[in-house]
Amino acid sequence: MDVKTGLFYVFSAVLLFAAFRVITARNPVHAALFLVLSFFQASMIWMLLKAEFLSITLILVYVGAVMVLFLFVVMMLDVKGDPDRGSFWKHFPLAAVVGVVIIFEMSAVLIGGFRVTDQHLTAAATTGAGISNTRELGKLLYSEFLYPLEVAAALLLVAMIAAIALALRHRKDSKAIDAADQVRVRSKDRLAVVKMAATQPALPVQASDEKSSENRV
Amino acid sequence: MTLTLGHFLSLGAMLFALSVVGIFLNRKNLIVLMMALELMLLAVNTNFVAFSYYLGDLSGQIFVFFILTVAAAESAIGLAILVALFRNKANINVDELDSLKG
Repeated sequence: MDVKTGLFYVFSAVLLFAAFRVITARNPVHAALFLVLSFFQASMIWMLLKAEFLSITLILVYVGAVMVLFLFVVMMLDVKGDPDRGSFWKHFPLAAVVGVVIIFEMSAVLIGGFRVTDQHLTAAATTGAGISNTRELGKLLYSEFLYPLEVAAALLLVAMIAAIALALRHRKDSKAIDAADQVRVRSKDRLAVVKMAATQPALPVQASDEKSSENRV
Repeated sequence: MTLTLGHFLSLGAMLFALSVVGIFLNRKNLIVLMMALELMLLAVNTNFVAFSYYLGDLSGQIFVFFILTVAAAESAIGLAILVALFRNKANINVDELDSLKG
């Protein structure tokens, strides 16, 4: 058992523990922080697999951006940790059965079916000593996968616009004014001149009481 | 005992199963549900990276790159929907989100 295998088991153990704490944490902030820990462990495991670029990207994008977004939302929403945890474990038997079935079925297939080691890769071009993973990824990304890259860029733009449009809210009591509207205004928008007679002719006085009461009405 | 592809795939399977359990358990909090989804995507990405390494093909890592892009977009929009939902309903309990009577 070499160093790499030992590191794999350490990282896997911490990763699975952190993932377990993510799904069982009472406080959503703790769940988010344990998710950060599990992303770090997964990044180290990817580093063992010689995917340096993606490993750094996982930390920069997920821990740096997505998890900070999660923490912002958790703190903004003011969600109380549920004091009543009785209902939390209500679904646990079903969930445990499903999870154990998934683990055992997949492990039975995967451990036996994929005994591939990296012995045959020592001389392979993609993992050689002098070749940079980032450089190879870049070459592939900007030649063969250029069109998907453009689609991904458009997707990010659409996601940004959608997120802003969903979360944007105009306050009812806001006193903010639109400068463009103020510049564009003309005097006739502000002041309406109404033609009317300067003096009104006096009404003739009626002699009868009934007539005058009708007039008043 | 050296590492095989099966080790990494089993790790991915365990992580995936844990997040499935998390989706079953967290019925009160939509945010933790989204965190479980992120864990699922992490498990899938680990599988992709492992296959990419053991088969000596960089296309798997390109796939992980695009999955990261889509996952970032998904979580941004999901959190925006969550904020809008919280403004309208004042809670994010999954069991009470039954306006559509599905």
